[in-house]
Amino acid sequence: MTAIESFPPGMVLVLGAFALPFLRGSARAAWVLALPLITLALVWQVPDGKVLTVTILDYVLTPVSGDALSRLFAIIFSIMAFAGGLYALNHCRVTEIAAAFVYAGSAIGVVFAGDLVTLFVFWEIMALGSTTVLLTGGGGRSIPAALRYLTVHVMGGSLLLAGVIAQIDATGSVAFVAMKPDSLATWLILLGFLINAAAPPLSAWLPDAYPEASPGGMVFLSAFTTKTAVYVLIRGFPGAEILIFVGLFMVFYGIIYALLENDMRRILAYSIVNQVGFMITGIGIGTEMALNGAAAHAFTHIIYKALLLMSAGSVLLMTGKRKCSDLGGLFQSMPLTTICGIIGALSISSFPLTSGFVSKSMIAQAAIDDKLVIIWYLLAAASAGVFLHAGIKFPWFVFFQKDSGLRPPDPPLNMRLAMVFFAALCIAIGVFPGPLYALLPFPVTYVPYTAAHVLTILQLLLFSGLAFFVCLPLMKRTPTISLDSDWLYRRLLPTLVTALMATFGPLDQRIRLATLGLVGRTMDLVERVYGPNGLMARSVSSGTIVLWTVAFLCLFMLVYFLT
Amino acid sequence: MTSNPLGTDAHPSAMVPPPQLHWLVRPETIRKLWVWGSVLLAALVAIEFAVQPHGYFGIDDTFAFNAWYGFLACVAMVIVAKGLGILLKRKDTYYDGD
Repeated sequence: MTAIESFPPGMVLVLGAFALPFLRGSARAAWVLALPLITLALVWQVPDGKVLTVTILDYVLTPVSGDALSRLFAIIFSIMAFAGGLYALNHCRVTEIAAAFVYAGSAIGVVFAGDLVTLFVFWEIMALGSTTVLLTGGGGRSIPAALRYLTVHVMGGSLLLAGVIAQIDATGSVAFVAMKPDSLATWLILLGFLINAAAPPLSAWLPDAYPEASPGGMVFLSAFTTKTAVYVLIRGFPGAEILIFVGLFMVFYGIIYALLENDMRRILAYSIVNQVGFMITGIGIGTEMALNGAAAHAFTHIIYKALLLMSAGSVLLMTGKRKCSDLGGLFQSMPLTTICGIIGALSISSFPLTSGFVSKSMIAQAAIDDKLVIIWYLLAAASAGVFLHAGIKFPWFVFFQKDSGLRPPDPPLNMRLAMVFFAALCIAIGVFPGPLYALLPFPVTYVPYTAAHVLTILQLLLFSGLAFFVCLPLMKRTPTISLDSDWLYRRLLPTLVTALMATFGPLDQRIRLATLGLVGRTMDLVERVYGPNGLMARSVSSGTIVLWTVAFLCLFMLVYFLT
Repeated sequence: MTSNPLGTDAHPSAMVPPPQLHWLVRPETIRKLWVWGSVLLAALVAIEFAVQPHGYFGIDDTFAFNAWYGFLACVAMVIVAKGLGILLKRKDTYYDGD
């Protein structure tokens, strides 16, 4: 084993990021583009099995452990860091890109972690990196959003840490292997994982935080946190039945909230939850076909979701507007952004010849193979719903619908190149799924392109499209947001605390005043008795003492003689 | 102004030509899109006479299942969203004071 082979690939990004602020101009740009490519090269040659072990105290940690699943996620994370870096070059601050690289590198650290301790450490670095991306990138609203985001993730991290400690205590092993949610320890680990996957009931952290980042910042954010969660669920809890229900809930939650939403990047944020729901349903089904489908879908999702967000981010950067009700008609002056956005929208809808078609259909096929009738019907309805909320709604309201009169040009060259790169990948994977299938954790026998399959999907999607235009009067954009579970900690909790203060504040004040009064009166009494002029502290002259002594002596003798 | 972009005989007072509509959003294009879209949808259903996708669970074996199922599922989701919207929607300045 050479030194290069055993070097943790993610650390190239994590450590390399710290050099960025010291570079200027083209040297910085070159470094931004080179780091992910070096990482990709290192990821590619990670062999199967334990690559690096470190003994700390009594535990043997495995910071780098390779297999097909780890490499699949690390490859797409590296490609994502490259395209994200390219897209961010012109408009993101250097601290933001550096934070994004630390974030991406630690995500790669998670997918190569062979033990729970390493996993947890990289998990927490991810939380810090992503929070920094939010803090440095957005406007004024991003700072409170970043703090709410951090609060949720620190809570999730605490659950995970508690679970990891309990699990190591129970099994005596630090190894990260498949578990079942059958003990407190594994439940805590599962909850920690699910919080990062934006699972209910705390899904709201995602659409609350991500859309407050900069255009490039949100492209990075969309890729790593939820997809590392998908990775750890595939490895840690394959076939855990509860995940089917969690996943299906997320699928429909994402669709409904995206349909109600007016902010273009919040629509796409809800659709991340929707897409991760498909993956989690697949993990819950748990067969080789389903797990392949979940992994493949994570891979293609990172690309088309980043592409959609690059397209939306370009609109935001060029117009300064984020609401559908302020946008429209942009196809006339932003043709490339429109075309790339549409390719992303077709891919997320799993149109034939796009990447989503070859990945998502494996999850539906797994439901068929396992005779999961109701789940299959729900997945089919959800596929139609994806076309509705992301496939048509996003491009329609941003690039077409009424003419907003805005005529911004396409964004600068680096952003255009990043979009074209990912749009090309979406089509290439859709047309030639072979290389992606070869990277999947299990052998693939699935054939996506049969006449019947293409026909069923086209019928499903195009009639959903018809439904969109038929229902268009019902979907008039309103300048509104929709209440979500973040309402609990943004509104209910503060209101409760305020009400508590209003009710018990005066009472509390009275008790304090009464107590202070009592203390004051006691002090006065003590002062009177023991103070300088008090009864007990008054100075007494020696004559008086002699007089009293004589008087008591006389009294004593009198009593003595009388008895 | 001797000719206007639409090539019709304009009223003499129309000295400034109306802004040329992009071809994609002209009413006649939109009409054509609806016509060809409908033809495409009809063709997709008609193909089922040639390529019969076999169903797996019963209902999905009915004629043009994916067409009507996709359509109805979407209409249902829009209506459910609309209903929930009555309960959940707030002005987008709702949290601004926080």
